[in-house]
Amino acid sequence: MANDLAISCIGLKKYYADVKAVDGLDLSVARGECFGLLGPNGAGKTTTIEILEGLTKADAGEVRVLGHTWNNDARDLREQIGLSLQETQLADKLTVYETLRLFRSFYRRGPDPDELLRDLSLDEKRNARVGKLSGGQKQRLAVACALVGDPELLFLDEPTTGLDPQSRLQLWEVVARFRAKGGTVLLTTHYMEEAERLCDRIAIVDHGHLIALGTPKELIAKLEAANIIEFTSAPALEESALGGITGFHGATRRGEGWLLRVDSLAVAVPQLLDIIETSGAKLVTLSTHAATLEDLFVSMTGRELRDA
Amino acid sequence: MPKVHGPLVELSIARVKEFVRETEAIFWVFGFPLLLTLALGFAFREKPPDRVPIGIAAGPAAEQRLAALSRSPALQPRIYDAKTGREELRRGKISLLIEGDTQPVYRLDPTRPDARAARIEADDALQIAAGRAAAFVAREEHVQEQGARYVDFLVPGLIGMNLMGTSMWGIGFSVVNARLKNLLKRLVATPMRKSHYLLAQFLSRLIFLILEVVVVAVFAWLVFGVNVRGSIALFALVCLFGGMAFAGLGLLVASRARTLEAVSGMMNLVMMPMWLCSGVFFSYERFPDKVKPLIRALPLTALNDALRSVMNDAATIGAIVPQLLTLVGWSLLCYAIGLKIFRWV
Repeated sequence: MANDLAISCIGLKKYYADVKAVDGLDLSVARGECFGLLGPNGAGKTTTIEILEGLTKADAGEVRVLGHTWNNDARDLREQIGLSLQETQLADKLTVYETLRLFRSFYRRGPDPDELLRDLSLDEKRNARVGKLSGGQKQRLAVACALVGDPELLFLDEPTTGLDPQSRLQLWEVVARFRAKGGTVLLTTHYMEEAERLCDRIAIVDHGHLIALGTPKELIAKLEAANIIEFTSAPALEESALGGITGFHGATRRGEGWLLRVDSLAVAVPQLLDIIETSGAKLVTLSTHAATLEDLFVSMTGRELRDA
Repeated sequence: MPKVHGPLVELSIARVKEFVRETEAIFWVFGFPLLLTLALGFAFREKPPDRVPIGIAAGPAAEQRLAALSRSPALQPRIYDAKTGREELRRGKISLLIEGDTQPVYRLDPTRPDARAARIEADDALQIAAGRAAAFVAREEHVQEQGARYVDFLVPGLIGMNLMGTSMWGIGFSVVNARLKNLLKRLVATPMRKSHYLLAQFLSRLIFLILEVVVVAVFAWLVFGVNVRGSIALFALVCLFGGMAFAGLGLLVASRARTLEAVSGMMNLVMMPMWLCSGVFFSYERFPDKVKPLIRALPLTALNDALRSVMNDAATIGAIVPQLLTLVGWSLLCYAIGLKIFRWV
């Protein structure tokens, strides 16, 4: 049922002069769900979310938000959604309260600005100028502005980029509280922990394409490997030397060394050390970790999320 | 909770607060026009007319001529050697150079009004010294009432120019700044009406417009005795219409610009012709008749003309209808086009 969906888009395309920002994207987000768009910078996340927010026009494709289209019901939709843009600087010379009060005046309904400031732990900064706030406080104010119309659907474009861990945790709590009241969230991020922690489902996008979709567990399961071994040796090993390791699921070259995707560390690590020793090479570095979404992205694209 | 007003009121209040907290802006709106009025007012304050500096080329008749010319209250003669005299004339330091031995030769630039006046004065002085009898003696009556002095001409022009500058910069900068910071994009992502945002820019201007006009007008009244001879209400109405016309123009200029540099350039491009042609510092009557209708169609000309009529000639509303219509026309046209082509995201 289309109306049970908070967001659906089919065949979304947006081309700029020199780049295909979004190239045929299909997405659907259920009501009450927290959905994450994960991808490196330039993957088309922001273009996608701004099309869904009705701020950018798509070149092709169908978009429905809360059962409405932007062409027909823009004003009603604006009352029902809240959003924070990737880079918004609110007016520096206004205070926190004045800013929120201004945004409150645009909506027919919504919480008392002071109540919202308490919810977002901004009440101490109520009368501070926006220009004097820390990055985390500014971001919480941006989210407060997104919530001031009591929206059903919240869009957050990279809400925690550049924030310290504590500010990030505070924002995650805000999102969790919004969801507890039945709200739907669509967020973009290039932090895999954020996606894993907050999202029910995640779409991994790269170059305007969807390359993987599922729950965090399903996505990690796609790796077919529970663990990652990262090592370098001198001289470097050939890929063919690694294939014989028990529970081996693939390797990605990284600089002088390799990322190995394996089932069990207890089994694979001794075998790897043997291979290195018999080949006459020397082990330079070795580290291991449990597989994450980041590893999925690396295995699919050969690049890393943050610097791809 | 304190009552949250409608979006138009909240937007206007926010804009006013932002502006008041911008210390530099306060100087440009209030301090600068006062300084300008003061400087120009003193430069052109009432005093005996300046003596026009003229030169006498050194020669046998020079001393005699100097004595004759010194008797004229309008001239300030000095003897130069022939070469320096011509040099000073070329540089405009003197308006007239008298050469020749027995028959004087007047050397001057006939396009300079002061040069022609100096020639007539000097010729009179020399003729009288040479023995010409006056055919009759005329009596002079001096005019000193308001409207005749330069400062009376200047103050309405400064008020007009100031309204133009502050309205256009005030709106242009704030709009482009908000666009640069993605704030416009954030605002249109709310149910806010776009027209409310633009109207709030107009309304917040109103408050400053009242203040800045009052400050300059009161200052000019106290220091130079420049009065509003017509109705104060009509004067306020003219200022209001003028401010709105320039707020509209500022909005239009800022409607697409993406950078502060771009908007500054365009502002100057739009304002420059009006600074020069609209009769701020000197009357536009000197321009050729063919271009006068164009000049009168400019908003600053309409505003200055209306302000001068009300302040100096005590004009009633009937006399300034064309100017008021011109101003209303500009504000409506600019607001409508600006809203249409405005770049929000």
